[in-house]
Amino acid sequence: MKRIEAVKVVVENAKDAFLVSNIGFPSRELYFVRDRPQNFYMLGSMGLASSIGLGLSLSRRDRKVVVLDGDGSVLMNLGTLTTIAHHAQDNYLLIILDNCCYGSTGSQPTCTHLGTDLAAMAVAAGVRSAKTVYLPDELKAALQGHGVVVARVEPGNADVPIIDLLPEEIIGRFMRSFAPERSS
Amino acid sequence: MSGSAEDTVDPSQAVYCGLKRAKVDFAASVPCVNLQRLLNMIDFDPGIAHVPVAREEEGVGLCAGAWMGGKRPALLMQNSGLGNCINALASLDFLYQIPLLMIISHRGSAGEKIIGQVPMGRLTPRILQAMDIPAFSPAAAEAEDAIFSAWELSLESRRPVAVLLDLKFWRSP
Repeated sequence: MKRIEAVKVVVENAKDAFLVSNIGFPSRELYFVRDRPQNFYMLGSMGLASSIGLGLSLSRRDRKVVVLDGDGSVLMNLGTLTTIAHHAQDNYLLIILDNCCYGSTGSQPTCTHLGTDLAAMAVAAGVRSAKTVYLPDELKAALQGHGVVVARVEPGNADVPIIDLLPEEIIGRFMRSFAPERSS
Repeated sequence: MSGSAEDTVDPSQAVYCGLKRAKVDFAASVPCVNLQRLLNMIDFDPGIAHVPVAREEEGVGLCAGAWMGGKRPALLMQNSGLGNCINALASLDFLYQIPLLMIISHRGSAGEKIIGQVPMGRLTPRILQAMDIPAFSPAAAEAEDAIFSAWELSLESRRPVAVLLDLKFWRSP
């Protein structure tokens, strides 16, 4: 499946879940497919989508948080798998859209291209629920779960525009939808 | 040395009291030998969710997420870890105007016995300065107030603020 198809499956079945999406094309594709206040688009800090989502999920255990990350970004912050393994609750799901390359910078291959298995690494880190999916239906079913899901996707980016929202707009509406009763 | 109020303040306790006064309820950490007692206090406090992380930058991400979810986050680390956080502080916290209280054990200052701590120790204040991150360096007796003020400043300015605590600080009383 193409990455934008995977993004579509996630956002169309996310219901009221909060989505944190990785820097670059994954965020742009999500913005294009379905913009919503519950989407947090990362514009920097490559590698930290999984960590931002984890902090968010730990602050409100009653809200489901789904992270759309990439193989290159997870490889940059591998310690995150160990932290997720031992601290994430059932309201946290990390989806690694694995296209085996740095898709936003010219498709240079990552080590998943050479066989590194991120789902196996998640299991080795202690994540109780970790698996790899290949088809849209499998991804849709996996959305009901928690832990780590590696979704294998084809390299390549959809022809989508850049995100024309200011960072303060992205975070402002996200926080209002996440915790509307917040005082400070 | 005896007699002054300074001598009687436990530095770890003072930092902990500062965090409590600032109503910090979420902490990410990478340990430093000087932070060990503080980390124990936080671990025993059900009012502070504590997530030990593998690398400091990960902590910046966790704290940003926790802030977005309504928490008051602190990142506890050694100054060596500040170097691991620079991009995240800039392209996450500065970009989205996210507050963060950083409690930093400042190694490599006067009295440091480990030579490897010296280069980063010397650079730390200048790195913070270059990043326009305000830094507080209180004595133990003033630490509670300083940490509370640091958090207030972070909240008002919507930017990370550092509390830099050197070897002398941790050696008191």
